[in-house]
Amino acid sequence: MGARETTVNVLLVLLLPAVALTALFIGEAFYITLATRIAILALAAVGLNIALGLGGLVSFGHAAFFGLGGYVAGVLATHAFNMEPVAFGLPGTTAMPAIWLVAILLCGLVALPIGLVSLRTSGVYFIMITLAFAQMIYYFAISWPAYGGEDGLSLSMRNGFPGLNTAKPFPYFVVVFVLLLAGLLLFHRLRASRFGAALEAARQNPARLAAIGISPFAIRLVAFVLSAMITGLAGALFADLNRFVSPSMLSWHMSGELIVLIILGGKNRLFGPLAGAALYVLFEYALGGLTERWQLFLGLVLLAVVFFARGGLIGLLAGRPRHG
Amino acid sequence: MSLALLIEQFLNGLQLGVMLFLIAAGLTLIFGVMGLINLAHGSLYMVGAFACATVAAATGSFWLGLVASLAAAAAAGALMEVAIIRRLYARDHLDQVLATFALILIFSEGTRWLFGSFPLYLDIPPLLQGAVALPGGGQYPLYRLAIIGVGVIVAIGLYLLIGRTRLGMRIRAGESDREMIAALGIDIRSLYTIVFAFGAALAGLAGALVGALQSVQVGMGEPALILAFVVIVIGGIGSIKGALIGAILVGLVDTMGRFLLPKALALMMPATQAGPVGAALASMLIYIVMALILAFRPSGLFSART
Repeated sequence: MGARETTVNVLLVLLLPAVALTALFIGEAFYITLATRIAILALAAVGLNIALGLGGLVSFGHAAFFGLGGYVAGVLATHAFNMEPVAFGLPGTTAMPAIWLVAILLCGLVALPIGLVSLRTSGVYFIMITLAFAQMIYYFAISWPAYGGEDGLSLSMRNGFPGLNTAKPFPYFVVVFVLLLAGLLLFHRLRASRFGAALEAARQNPARLAAIGISPFAIRLVAFVLSAMITGLAGALFADLNRFVSPSMLSWHMSGELIVLIILGGKNRLFGPLAGAALYVLFEYALGGLTERWQLFLGLVLLAVVFFARGGLIGLLAGRPRHG
Repeated sequence: MSLALLIEQFLNGLQLGVMLFLIAAGLTLIFGVMGLINLAHGSLYMVGAFACATVAAATGSFWLGLVASLAAAAAAGALMEVAIIRRLYARDHLDQVLATFALILIFSEGTRWLFGSFPLYLDIPPLLQGAVALPGGGQYPLYRLAIIGVGVIVAIGLYLLIGRTRLGMRIRAGESDREMIAALGIDIRSLYTIVFAFGAALAGLAGALVGALQSVQVGMGEPALILAFVVIVIGGIGSIKGALIGAILVGLVDTMGRFLLPKALALMMPATQAGPVGAALASMLIYIVMALILAFRPSGLFSART
């Protein structure tokens, strides 16, 4: 990582708490929520970046895990609220750590069979198959009436974290931000590890990797599952932020947006997802305030990024990566 | 459950399959020849539907609308190819996904800008109104039968076009070796534009035909696009034959699953549960079929590129 990229990264990390703290002092809770939204989307994209950036696996179905995480938060909280067991006599819960754990485990469990089938293929097939699996879960959520079906599920109140009043925007921002930092740290450590080296090798030259006795398939599968788990955690946080979860979190549009976040920020950069999420949310906020048609302009910006700024925001600010 | 109902559902499945074939044929052709994954193909389907609805409303003739849908979708496709898509052939799939995703946003919002958020309606032409008697009693709408007929004609036409004409020969040559046919003096850039516009016209035709069954609205292309993806993944990307078989398979499995699964489950569990469980399972069924097929044949049933 070059010195300039480090500077950009440090500034990016400081930006969110600076915005949130300023908003806290001037009493504008809305901006804290905006910063929280950025952090959650960034965490979701950090998850996807393990598969997409490091592994070169263009998953067009990560909304499945984002939405599943969201539904875990919604369903567990609803059961706890109604005092009904979820399944096998196990109660629901409104404790965030328990919800996160369930979301992470469930997403891992779902990602495993999806990965087993999808990773047998590559290229365009992989893109379309991950998309199709996500659609499968999307249609299931729509047609399964128990948890709101198409209308989605409201959480009566935000779930709790021991010792914090998460109903207030700032403490919840702190929770989310710490998790984002943990996600970034994990990504950083992963990339520097032997596993990360093997994963990047699986992207660059799977035949060579296989020749030295490491199965690209197994490496990719682990990366895919890990990636799904982190995106799922972000989904649980997102449901708690909005106190609402609906099939739109599972939609293919969401999968596309997660990819867009990474590319806007800069593919295969540690802080790419954060830069992308910040840019995306600011764009949505600034243009969404001016015109209902902001997605049209988002489309134009995306085209411009694809054709003229392939390194994304970080690429523009920090120059080319030293290795890729 | 009567025989007539079963036949009706079977025909519905066939009709869905035929529509999917029109969309998937262009998609798979574009992938086979240019190696491009085009998410915006559903937008061309939408363009066709909107063009047909607008022209039919203005002139009162569905048939003029149909011609307009072909022309508008082909023109939109050609424009898209020349302005954007052409620059993507050499890029990796991720760039193609992103740029065509951006095109969806632009097309959807642009259409909403022009036509508003309210759906348009398109009437079935008088010639094709009415119904046909089915064996076993019951009636089937003539229009849906006509759609099946159009699909059969397009399938035969495509077979002849690809297999028997000079253009088809160039398309096949483009699939197997694009440098070689460029070296033989064929203008590959205009060939690509023609193939793209042709695929777009087929999608536009499908949009116009379906527009008379459903409402014409922004976002109608996306579910169709995703089903078409399932079709070409099952059939093998790049294979027209695979697209045909995949489309019929998906159309039948989806329609029959929605019809039969709740009934089958009702034999095993209380009817109040069987309905929702059956409906939920049926909506996932084609994806389960796709996963099963890919588990055994990772590159689809009739892959053109192995």
